Amino acid sequence: MTTETHMASAELGDTIIKIDRLNKWYGQFHVLKDIDLDVKRGERIVICGPSGSGKSTLIRCINRLETHQEGSIIVDGIELTEDTKHINDVRREVGMVFQHFNLFPHLTVLENCTLAPIWVRKTPKREAEETAMRYLERVKIPEQANKYPGQLSGGQQQRVAIARSLCMNPRVMLFDEPTSALDPEMIAEVLDVMVGLAEDGMTMLCVTHEMGFARKVANRVIFMDGGQIVEQNEPEEFFNNPQNDRTQLFLSQILQH
Amino acid sequence: MADVKTFVPAPDRAPPSNAVGAFAWVRDNLFGSIGSSVATLLFFYLFFSYVPPFVEWALINANWTGTDRSVCEANTAGACWTFINVRFEQILFGLYFASNPDEIWRPTLIFIVFFALLIPLLFEKTPGKKWLVIGILGVFPVLFYFIVYGGYFGISQSNTTQWGGFLLTFALAFVGILLALPIGILLALGRRSEMPVIRSICVVYIEFWRGTPLITILFMASVMLPLFFPAGVEFDKVVRAMIGITMFQSAYTAEAVRGGLAAIPKGQAEAAMALGLGYWRRTVFITLPQALKISIPSIVNTFIALFKDTSLVSIIGLLDLLNMAQTASRSMEWKGYDIEAYLFAGFIYWAFCYGMSRYSQNLERKLDTNRRN
Repeated sequence: MTTETHMASAELGDTIIKIDRLNKWYGQFHVLKDIDLDVKRGERIVICGPSGSGKSTLIRCINRLETHQEGSIIVDGIELTEDTKHINDVRREVGMVFQHFNLFPHLTVLENCTLAPIWVRKTPKREAEETAMRYLERVKIPEQANKYPGQLSGGQQQRVAIARSLCMNPRVMLFDEPTSALDPEMIAEVLDVMVGLAEDGMTMLCVTHEMGFARKVANRVIFMDGGQIVEQNEPEEFFNNPQNDRTQLFLSQILQH
Repeated sequence: MADVKTFVPAPDRAPPSNAVGAFAWVRDNLFGSIGSSVATLLFFYLFFSYVPPFVEWALINANWTGTDRSVCEANTAGACWTFINVRFEQILFGLYFASNPDEIWRPTLIFIVFFALLIPLLFEKTPGKKWLVIGILGVFPVLFYFIVYGGYFGISQSNTTQWGGFLLTFALAFVGILLALPIGILLALGRRSEMPVIRSICVVYIEFWRGTPLITILFMASVMLPLFFPAGVEFDKVVRAMIGITMFQSAYTAEAVRGGLAAIPKGQAEAAMALGLGYWRRTVFITLPQALKISIPSIVNTFIALFKDTSLVSIIGLLDLLNMAQTASRSMEWKGYDIEAYLFAGFIYWAFCYGMSRYSQNLERKLDTNRRN
């Protein structure tokens, strides 16, 4: 264990997300099957799997961008139900970064970052702007604060999207393929920011195929296929000694080039 | 191992001289091919055979002064603008104000106020535009009511059945546009609602009013609306026309706004949801501003159509700009000068519609945050 390049595992806290026998259907299509997943505070989980395996759907259930039909999801003590108030309470604590950034194109970078703190958290405008500038510095683009998203590169936009989420001071961050829409030269700058977040102890769930990132940062790698969790393990074990033949096939395909 | 080479980008060169300049432009754009040359020559032929004679008739040889038709009968080579000049107040403000010279200041003042508020808005650099907009949308209609309709502060109440001309066109279009936009936005949101009852109500409303000709609606507003109210309640004819036009117009505006809403990627609402913004904040701050920006051309398109469609109020006996000009040209005094009447009315419609169109284009450019600079 001493020789691994893996980031030192900090003490993990109590359970922050508890998913119990989760089932979801799109019409007749059974997209998530009996998912059980506990996430501890400070834990960093990478979820991978072929397209259509349900990995994005799973993390989108955690902030209820998708509704589930069976089972339960409890986030920081709040169960996700039809109750709009509970849903908004959870969304306030859970940040999300999307594959296509989804910045608001009609607002400046700074306005993107302050909108939710001002209107959801009721932070005074001055304070929200100071916080936003702090996070923009952290993602290394404070000089772009007054530009519009359309004027930035993809990598810069994704870093703004991360800063926008952090401005809400979330307890959990969800990443839905954050580097899949980026040019190769821009992937590194986004991953750097994510590694920095992990070092600070943020609880993270990342859907990604960046296996270097998974080896470096994750406490646990989860492999999904057909709406089920096929295998999960520590990164070293997961990559070097996959237990399931489906995992072996997947890894051989993504790692052979 | 060889030394590492340093990449130096090649310098930019100017384009070859035969690709730029006036001659190159004419060659490439006007005579680039046989078809293009034929089209260019045909255009110049038509232009020179029709435009100069028209300018001669309408401007150079035209009659501008005088008080009766004798001037125009003496010079038949030019247009008779004398007629428009003499009947100017009637065509612009309608019979009530034209026949009460003491009251003519009322519509005059209201248009001066309107243009004083509007014209600064058209310039990019004007400070305090927010207040001008509030002035036009909030204060101006109230002022219009008190000054043009009257009945308070010693200003006599005007008879709305005798409103007419451009004043009526303006009043109908302004109210129609002002009320149709917010109602249309709510209908568009309702039609995209996840609640089936609200969605159905909005769909039925929109499809009903959109599927009915405006002329029918105006006729119904005139004949049917009084049936829904107790016998004593008298509804002003102009108000009835305004209600009819607003109902009709809001359905069209709703569809224009819905088009904009449908064009906003789903990710925008999702990102707003993920930040914990509720439905109304999401709508007001994220989806609606973007949707309205996209739908400016189609919204303005419906407004321009409405501005011209107001002339259909002739069906219920109201004389708007077009009908008033026509009426004036059919009077015994000015019989035979209807070409001038139609040209003048047409010019005013065009000036306003073109103004709206230009303003919307400026707005689109100004709101385009996707440009890289």
